[in-house]
Amino acid sequence: MAVDVASEWLNSCSGCEIAILNLGETLLDLLPQINFVHIPVLMDHKHLGQLGDQEHIDIPKATVGLLSGGIRNEEHLEVALEMRKKCDILIALGTCATHGGIPALINSYTNEELFDRYYSTESTDPGAKVPTKGISPLLDRCYALDEKIDVDIYLPGCPPHPDHIAAAILALLNGETPELPFKSTCDTCPTKRMGKGDVKGIKRAVECPEFDPEKPIDEMRCLLEQGYLCMGPVTRAGCAGANGDAPRCISARVPCRGCYGPVQQDGNQLLDMLNALVSNGIDISDLPDRANLLRFSGAHNRLVAKKGK
Amino acid sequence: MGKTINIQPLSRIEGHASIEIKLGEDGNVEDAITHFNSIRGFEKYVEGKPAEEVTRIVTRICGICPWHHHMSSVKAVDACFGAEVAPAGHLLRECMQNMAHINDKILHFYFLAAPDFVMGPDADYSVRNVMGIANAAPDLAKQVIRMRQKAQMMMEKFAGKVIHPIAGVPGGFSKPMNESQRQEMIADTKELLEFAKFSMKYAKEEIFPKYLDLVTTLGTITTGFIGTVDEEGSLNFYDGKIRLMKADGTAEDFDDTDYLDYIAEHTVDVSYGKYPYAKSWNEGFSMDLDAPKGIYRSNCLARINCCDQIPTPLAQKELEEFRKSFGRPVQHTLLYHWARLIELVYSCEKTLELLNNPAITDPVTRYDVTPKAGRGVGHVEAPRGTLIHDYTTDDNGCITSANLIVGTTHNLAPISMSVKQAANMLIQNGQVDETIINKVEMAVRAYDP
Repeated sequence: MAVDVASEWLNSCSGCEIAILNLGETLLDLLPQINFVHIPVLMDHKHLGQLGDQEHIDIPKATVGLLSGGIRNEEHLEVALEMRKKCDILIALGTCATHGGIPALINSYTNEELFDRYYSTESTDPGAKVPTKGISPLLDRCYALDEKIDVDIYLPGCPPHPDHIAAAILALLNGETPELPFKSTCDTCPTKRMGKGDVKGIKRAVECPEFDPEKPIDEMRCLLEQGYLCMGPVTRAGCAGANGDAPRCISARVPCRGCYGPVQQDGNQLLDMLNALVSNGIDISDLPDRANLLRFSGAHNRLVAKKGK
Repeated sequence: MGKTINIQPLSRIEGHASIEIKLGEDGNVEDAITHFNSIRGFEKYVEGKPAEEVTRIVTRICGICPWHHHMSSVKAVDACFGAEVAPAGHLLRECMQNMAHINDKILHFYFLAAPDFVMGPDADYSVRNVMGIANAAPDLAKQVIRMRQKAQMMMEKFAGKVIHPIAGVPGGFSKPMNESQRQEMIADTKELLEFAKFSMKYAKEEIFPKYLDLVTTLGTITTGFIGTVDEEGSLNFYDGKIRLMKADGTAEDFDDTDYLDYIAEHTVDVSYGKYPYAKSWNEGFSMDLDAPKGIYRSNCLARINCCDQIPTPLAQKELEEFRKSFGRPVQHTLLYHWARLIELVYSCEKTLELLNNPAITDPVTRYDVTPKAGRGVGHVEAPRGTLIHDYTTDDNGCITSANLIVGTTHNLAPISMSVKQAANMLIQNGQVDETIINKVEMAVRAYDP
């Protein structure tokens, strides 16, 4: 018997949905066991009836719900509540759903500050007003799903690795509860660690780290030890997938920026990273824009607007 | 007052939008409004961020075309910092950006648009999708899924991350390509080119002839077009001048740094999204179907209209055939699908050309850069159109102001007009059914918003 699956996207970019498609032939193998009842990116089931004549959002009942994106406006909230109501097991898919993700960077600003900038950029006609008709009013900020609804399974990642999406779906099909291990990205990183040496400050990612392109990643020295800010220590492992590959940014020879969110669901990537640096005697005074370290996890009141600015 | 039909959400598109169709007492369309319901505020929250980090943030504007935001952004930051870019860095960026067009076009044509044509516009919604195609034409579906996967994975394998890439860096590209990687990608791209040729042939034989009536009527409006061309007027996705063409085919070319002289954004009360229009035409903005003002379109059909020729042989042959059948500029909205397949062939050919250049394996792919104050405009052709990132930085190389004009936004006004045209044409005397509603959406889907 195929399992009914409903999928929705909220304050998001569709990268999580593309990650689902990146299962490729695995998805084709899974399809006979999955019956999509609602998935706007691929299927025309509508919120307000197929003829658009109903008042309230109606999503069919499903065993598994995949919900990506944070909650930023009233429609997102309504869809999230409906998904919760109709799905037996709800998966928060991707870091926007689990921690707000990049769009939660807006939480450092008020809606007025957002509108003031967006409707007065250099290319915008003068006198532009904030629109009001037939669009969903914004909430005061961007929320992770669990600030508004109960979440059963957290599957972070920006986007989540297809291996973990497949593993989660397979586990659910077998009646098991999938969970990513609570390890850090460093725990899965093969780069060479030789002690921090004489690193005193933090370099910006504007110069090339030392590595021999002909040699594999495990011959490159840890980027943090080379003096670059790398969020690996405070970021949940998972981006490398299930086959023992290197973390994906590291494999491109660039430092991690924390896209899987904190190692523990309620961790704080900013505080944890600053602690890690300071306790190693590294000067953090040159670090520009510290809020940047919360760029993937700014929901849950981690990033807040400065009042009276 | 008659009834209102709310098509929500628009489906098999990338963004968040809905359509509100108001019928009068006589059951005819009084108004059809498209609402674009997304505002995230990237322009605001990149302020204060180190510019080199912004190239890794703006990717999240779009999970389908993150490479193009990444590329526009690194180009803008190069310009802010006055950075010199390693030649192999440019080649790798351009190669990846063309590759990113390949999987995007396969995704749109087969996963999002094809169900309307393969299953039919009147098929039940439960099968009018890629899962339905998988059941009805399993061999085709298998091939499509395999090819899209190949196009994505060859990028991921080399560049680390295909969705929300990180390998583009100010001054170049984060890692070199070695000879065996190059050979492997050439083999994969050759296979993709064969698939592109198959797709073109399949669509010309099996799809377009069957729906010719619809193709030449649904969503058709009269507008200008925007697209990037090189110094010879040839199609180019990565660099060149921006060409703004009027509906009569006359055009002016400009440097991306001058975009504010040519493009402005109009706001409407029904959408968070802003509607770009041609400021340089000095006629203002109007979405009146009979007398539009300032309206131009972007994405594949626009580029195919703007370019004088395509600099790769197979795509150029397709362009000649297309122009012979439909002229230049082509206004039929559903011909976006045809133009998209021509670009699929081009992006495979162009990727191969770049991979065949041995200079692409030069081990020096990146020069160090120094953060500083400046202003930089970077643009590329994203699948959905001309994508402009405009940054200003302070002495510390942090963003003080950012302005973005994103590919699909050029098409917000045209999409709204095509929806109105389609609704007017299809809904009469209060007769509405699921097929009609889907056909209105097909007018939107052609734009691949």
